Amino acid sequence: MESVLSRIRGWLLLKDNSDLGFLALLFGVMIALPLGNALFPDGSALHVSSFALGVWGKYLCYAILAISLNMLWGYTGLLCLGQCLFFALGGYAFGMYLMLMIGELGSYGSKLPDFMVFLGYEKLPAHWKPFYSPTFAILAAAWVPGLVALIFGILAFRSRIKGVYFAILTQALTYAAALLFFRNDFTFGGNNGFTDFRFILGADIRIDSTSRWLFIASCLLLFAVYWLVARILETKFGKIQQAIRDSENRVRFSGYSTTHFKVFIFVVSAMIAGLAGALYVPQAGIINPSEMWPAKGLDIVVWVAVGGRGTKLGPVIGAILVNLLKSWATRAYPESWLIILGMVFVLVVLFMPNGIVGLWAQIKARWSKGRLSKPETTVAST
Amino acid sequence: MLSKTLGAYILRILLSSLLTLGTSLGDEKEARRLLVEIVLREGAERAAALEALGDEGDPVIASMVEAWRGGQILRYRTDNATIILFKDGEAFSTLLTGEAVVPATGPKIDRPSRKLRKTLKRIVDLIDLSSPDFDKRIEAALKLGLSQNPQYLPDLKARAKRQEDSNTQRAFDEAVAISELANGSIENRLAAIRTLGSMKSFRARDYIERCISTDGDTKPTDEMVTAAKRAFAEIDSHQKMVDFIGTLFRGLSLGSVLLLVSYGLAITFGQMGVINMAHGEFIAIGGYTTYIVQNKFASAFGEGSSVYGYYFITAIPLAFMVSAIVGAIMEKGLIQFLYKRPLESLLATWGISMVLQQVFRLYFGAANVSVSSPQWLAGSLQVGDVSMSYSRVALIVCVAFVVIGTYLLLSKTSWGLHVRATMQNRQMASSLGVPSGRVNMITFAFGSGLAGLAGAFLSQIGNVGPSMGQTYIVDSFMVVVVGGVGNLLGATLSSLGIGMVDQGLQPILGPVMGKISVLFMIILFLQIKPGGLFPARSRSLDD
Repeated sequence: MESVLSRIRGWLLLKDNSDLGFLALLFGVMIALPLGNALFPDGSALHVSSFALGVWGKYLCYAILAISLNMLWGYTGLLCLGQCLFFALGGYAFGMYLMLMIGELGSYGSKLPDFMVFLGYEKLPAHWKPFYSPTFAILAAAWVPGLVALIFGILAFRSRIKGVYFAILTQALTYAAALLFFRNDFTFGGNNGFTDFRFILGADIRIDSTSRWLFIASCLLLFAVYWLVARILETKFGKIQQAIRDSENRVRFSGYSTTHFKVFIFVVSAMIAGLAGALYVPQAGIINPSEMWPAKGLDIVVWVAVGGRGTKLGPVIGAILVNLLKSWATRAYPESWLIILGMVFVLVVLFMPNGIVGLWAQIKARWSKGRLSKPETTVAST
Repeated sequence: MLSKTLGAYILRILLSSLLTLGTSLGDEKEARRLLVEIVLREGAERAAALEALGDEGDPVIASMVEAWRGGQILRYRTDNATIILFKDGEAFSTLLTGEAVVPATGPKIDRPSRKLRKTLKRIVDLIDLSSPDFDKRIEAALKLGLSQNPQYLPDLKARAKRQEDSNTQRAFDEAVAISELANGSIENRLAAIRTLGSMKSFRARDYIERCISTDGDTKPTDEMVTAAKRAFAEIDSHQKMVDFIGTLFRGLSLGSVLLLVSYGLAITFGQMGVINMAHGEFIAIGGYTTYIVQNKFASAFGEGSSVYGYYFITAIPLAFMVSAIVGAIMEKGLIQFLYKRPLESLLATWGISMVLQQVFRLYFGAANVSVSSPQWLAGSLQVGDVSMSYSRVALIVCVAFVVIGTYLLLSKTSWGLHVRATMQNRQMASSLGVPSGRVNMITFAFGSGLAGLAGAFLSQIGNVGPSMGQTYIVDSFMVVVVGGVGNLLGATLSSLGIGMVDQGLQPILGPVMGKISVLFMIILFLQIKPGGLFPARSRSLDD
């Protein structure tokens, strides 16, 4: 048993057993849920509806998004309030492909997407043309956010903008982008964005098997991203990353160019967020500029904080739990769910500085000390 | 100079309201008597009396002549006398005393003849030319001038000589000249073009163009064309100037809004290191406080009463107080535990912001509530051709007071000294005996109160709604960052600068692109000065 475990660990290049546990669980879910959808008939206790698959697929995309932010905030100390921008950009890139795949089935019966007909376009704008290719669209879902992050990152980190300033600037960035995308003449559907998708990679987007494959793809991406983060943390690169978080100046004085490190991490994290967005859009069935509204960026930060910042598992748990709470509260208390959610944030910040993942350690520490002491933060504040 | 004109305006309003209160009753009786007399007369005698009426600017008479023209004033001949009736719908009353009358069936009722109606129309148009209300008089003169109706030209000319006020004089001259463009002789037209050019009259521009166009009935002379060209140049350059000043004013007023919003933020975020995402909701608290005060005044005194107009004066300190109290509670209950963790204060206050927004929605509804401007803030100040709305002027004046007040508080009082000491080094200050806990609370409350104040003012120029604060929050964070965190002078300069640039770009790029370019300019500006205009000086390495 032990040898099998260590062999898998060696094969995955990971040292930590808890990582293996999570990845195994994820693998199980990836097999079990689609099987439940495919094998058991409607009404059976083991049946998983396509709707549920879609919802959980979205949650997994959120989890990936949260991991990408945790890479920045939890491990590098860069609080980015514009992570939703990268997510939405990825979503838009893949959404463009999906819009083109509607073909002549739109309500105007034109080859152009409906909103273009509505706005009186004669032909497809040039920058839309490459998006007939799904490969290009998926690549664009990564490189477009990556490019934005690269330019912004170079500008911001070169002039050593950090901490609160960086947070506010990223918020302004996503705010500006949202304003831009809200415009009709920006050729991305304005207020309504993209919706009414029909086909993805030749398959009808509304049938069960498509839901299953999208869910599996989300699991795989989460698997890969989680593995990547866990792997990086064990390398020298990961150590420097955390050192930048704890004391950037000391790292710089040791001869590392922290700017390069930060730009690199920022770009990678933006690309991951973009890919998560690309997978999110076909499952949610819609993408519009409200996805990049500053409030969304703060939501992601909250997921990470609730789950546990600077932990590998925290963002995943946080993203899923907060969204479950949200969907439960919107149904149970439609009037006051925002109040519930808001209070949860306040309480988490006040009493669980290390999030849900750190709760056990927090309780244990308090228990062993046997006195009321302020919980120590494991992550230095920036 | 601004406050002087404003003061004069307020004085004028007070005076005129006093005057109308005292004299309107007697005036009306007099007007009724006068009118009855005229209606009773016949032929040439009546025509002369009517002409004389044209010089009466009295609004009561104006409305009655209008009623006459509309067939509401009738002559009713009974057997022994002629009574003048006033018809309101189906009911009749005597014009002289206003008491209700039921005329016998089938009486001989005289309706005004066609010719009389025509004369009456003329009188109605002319009456406003003598209105005691100068604005009304100017409006009437320009209306008649722009109509270029030759019938009114002699009247305008005659009255232009009698004006004493420089504003009305100008309006009459302008009206006469515009009318001359179509009706005068060649020499008159040339003179009119020159006059209008030197008056820099923008509204005359099209008329001049029409006057020198060759397809009219009178051919323009070369002299007229050159004069017109010069007039156009004068008018255009003046208009550019007016536009520029207008933009400047709008920029100043937007900057003042930003300043008011970001001053509170500069104190809580800049000086205390707390990122208060709920700052926008404090603005909304101020707005809603104004709304509540308005409603209380409306129900207590009635909307038409003169006291109602003062609700805004009452609302301003209340908005400050309410927001400050909520801020103090928030500091005691939440913020004080987070001074060492600024980024986490961001999350907690974001939670508070969500809670507050939802509370607003539950209590006041998701839609915007309407806050009306009090009478004395409606209208606008006319300086030359630039019009500035009073609410914005008042905003700018008040913001100036707030800025000076805050500066004095922080630099001249012992509380200010404590605040600055605590901001610089919390531990050191408290070990030297500064009650840092209390100072923090009061400072935070003060910053929140400023946001409430901003909300009260924004209720006059924008909407009051659950998410009204969100509109300004990103901008005001930008202001603080550009100004240099913790620097009030920086915040002042940067908010005015951002306001001006924003308003300057909007006419060129449109509102959205203007805003986006401002945001990108800010990002680029921080490339050159990462610490803002006035970076905080510190010897410590990791700030």
